Amino acid sequence: MSNPGFTHLDALESESIHIMREVAAECKNPALLFSGGKDSIVMLRLAEKAFRPCRFPFPLVHIDTGHNFPEVIATRDRLAAGLGERLIVRTLEDSIKKGTIVLKSETQSRNVFQSVTLLETIAEFGFDACMGGARRDEEKARAKERIFSFRDEFGQWDPKNQRPELWDLYNTRVHPGENIRVFPISNWTEMDIWQYIEREKLVIPSIYYAHEREVIQRAGGLMPVSKLVQPLPGETVIKKTVRFRTVGDITCTCPVQSHARNAQEIIEETAVTRITERGATRMDDQTSEASMELRKKEGYF
Amino acid sequence: MSTATQLLRFITAGSVDDGKSTLIGRLLHDSKSIFEDQLSAISRTSEKRGMAAVDLSLLTDGLQAEREQGITIDVAYRYFATPKRKFIIGDTPGHEQYTRNMVTAASTANLVVILVDARKGVLVQTRRHTYLASLVGIPHIVLAVNKMDMVDYAEARFNEICTEYLAFAAQLGLHNVTCVPLSALVGDMLVERGDNLNWYQGTTLMDLLESIEIDHDVNTTDFRYPVQWVCRPQTGEYHDFRGFMGRIEAGEVSVGDEITVLPSGRTSRVKGIVTYDGKLQTAYAPQSITITLTDEIDISRGDMFVKADCLPTVAKEFEAMLCWLSETPLDKNRKYLVKHTTRTAKCLFSSIDYRVDVNTLEQHANPTVNMNDIAHVAMKVQQPLVFDHYQRNRAGGSFVVIDEATNNTVAAGMIV
Ligand SMILES: Nc1nc2c(ncn2[C@@H]2O[C@H](COP(=O)(O)OP(=O)(O)O)[C@@H](O)[C@H]2O)c(=O)[nH]1
Ligand SMILES: [Mg+2]
Repeated sequence: MSNPGFTHLDALESESIHIMREVAAECKNPALLFSGGKDSIVMLRLAEKAFRPCRFPFPLVHIDTGHNFPEVIATRDRLAAGLGERLIVRTLEDSIKKGTIVLKSETQSRNVFQSVTLLETIAEFGFDACMGGARRDEEKARAKERIFSFRDEFGQWDPKNQRPELWDLYNTRVHPGENIRVFPISNWTEMDIWQYIEREKLVIPSIYYAHEREVIQRAGGLMPVSKLVQPLPGETVIKKTVRFRTVGDITCTCPVQSHARNAQEIIEETAVTRITERGATRMDDQTSEASMELRKKEGYF
Repeated sequence: MSTATQLLRFITAGSVDDGKSTLIGRLLHDSKSIFEDQLSAISRTSEKRGMAAVDLSLLTDGLQAEREQGITIDVAYRYFATPKRKFIIGDTPGHEQYTRNMVTAASTANLVVILVDARKGVLVQTRRHTYLASLVGIPHIVLAVNKMDMVDYAEARFNEICTEYLAFAAQLGLHNVTCVPLSALVGDMLVERGDNLNWYQGTTLMDLLESIEIDHDVNTTDFRYPVQWVCRPQTGEYHDFRGFMGRIEAGEVSVGDEITVLPSGRTSRVKGIVTYDGKLQTAYAPQSITITLTDEIDISRGDMFVKADCLPTVAKEFEAMLCWLSETPLDKNRKYLVKHTTRTAKCLFSSIDYRVDVNTLEQHANPTVNMNDIAHVAMKVQQPLVFDHYQRNRAGGSFVVIDEATNNTVAAGMIV
């Protein structure tokens, strides 16, 4: 007999659980990258499904840019504490102090520098596998990346030299100093994530839902006003009802206008939206057509 | 879009310029899965290259290098959903040197759309892709006769191509083939029927993708449960809990079922099927679950739970069809690693029986196996594997070969 009522979400969930268990079983010292954003909250639930009633066989790791939304950091800490799992936080500030990151200005976007601190954290703890919540539908370069994505000693991804990935037989082997990034939710889309948040009743940071916020109209998008983003001469601060579709560095994550106040309303909105998730919300991807690919080659997630 | 229920994975295959990228772009576009910012990015690029219309193939051509060269160089995955299904598309390249990419994408696919150019008909590459589809056991095949606009939408031409193709497919033992005439460029018979192919009685490509029955694409009869991970919390209420975590690769299991643990052959009964969402009475492939047993027996990762009425083979020697994926040829004097289900063991190739010419399907006695070669081999492993014939159970008959020196995945294998 076949499985009655087995939905696409069940299929995706089962695949992700299988991937996480393979990592736990085959990698010596894995970690789960956890930011407090919606994708990583889904990852956390998948990890619970994969390992409970056991503890997670890996710590949670966050690379904190120091430019995060406070609601997201609060959610991160609350969830990690609630699960009783170990959370390791390393900050870009550490790398700046060491001199391995040199900023041009205090308000500059810090997303690109995350890879430096990530690589330092990998070296500090000797992680051989880092699981992340990136999805292939987010971006063109990610669409071609394997679920188990091999990185050399410099953390670099070589798109032309990827290990073939067949069936569900993942090759997790690395030489000392090398590591792999694993993306258990590679095959999930933005819609799947929202459907899962709704189905699992996951608590996510409030900024993902519609709220009033002071913003500035800039470069065709809305910029949230914060300590780091202030109006330039000629710009005016306006109040809008908005929500965030992705959450990254506060200096380059833009909200979209929306009245969706819960997951169901966001699902309905996502079904008719005509703009991609990152296209609507991330200034850092729009620098050039190939910007994500270039960052990945440099060791970005 | 929000009520998608089943997941269907498919790939496209065809020679260069048969229209794979255009077809995928068209499916995404006409099912309203393309976003405005993507569309404006590709129309800017199309304009820059001096094209008259928006080139939908640019949507799937992801990486910088191939944007520069204008070719698809690797497998790219695309996603879209309709109210009936969620789809994962693997866009595989048509170049000869990338057979490995087609095999890779094919390994998880429910269905393959094989494109031919209506002007050119069935080519050597068409035969090759069909052979690979049969080798990797893709359950459903659709022959898409594209560019019908270039042959005046002629029914006779379509029938001619189908007849030739179906005869070839039958030689390979393939009977699950559907032929569809279409124009990816114009959009006829993809999502909309269009006005140009009124003589065609069948369904559109999209209808086919939405309705083809896939429940039995996994083996639903022979219970196979490779143990991935053993969970022993050793605390509080779970002090004595020993859960065997894994994914059901085939068949189903219920509480109370007697199971055999292979390769040891010990037997026990299913005490519970545990999930985060509560206990289950029965679970089916491909669910990820945790099983507890009534007896304390020694079980670790790599063991497999099965039922006595449908036993797999336990052996240290077997024969397989191999697709060599590495630039370094197979070295018969070396030992490799084989990863099969959750078991990894040292292996060697005791014989290379023949190589298949994927263009003519002729067998050649040939001792060298290079990248993209398909070969029949005999293998020996250090520890016994618990396996099925690939044709009966994809999950129980597939393996990859890893080179211990480089850690690269060098071959994909199917036990015959
Ligand atoms: N006339 C016509 N041209 C097509 C059709 N489908 C694709 N093409 C053109 O054929 C060329 C190659 O298409 P592409 O999708 O890149 O092929 P691929 O190499 O298989 O991905 C492009 O110039 C397309 O515009 C069709 O149905 N009719
Ligand atoms: Mg193409």
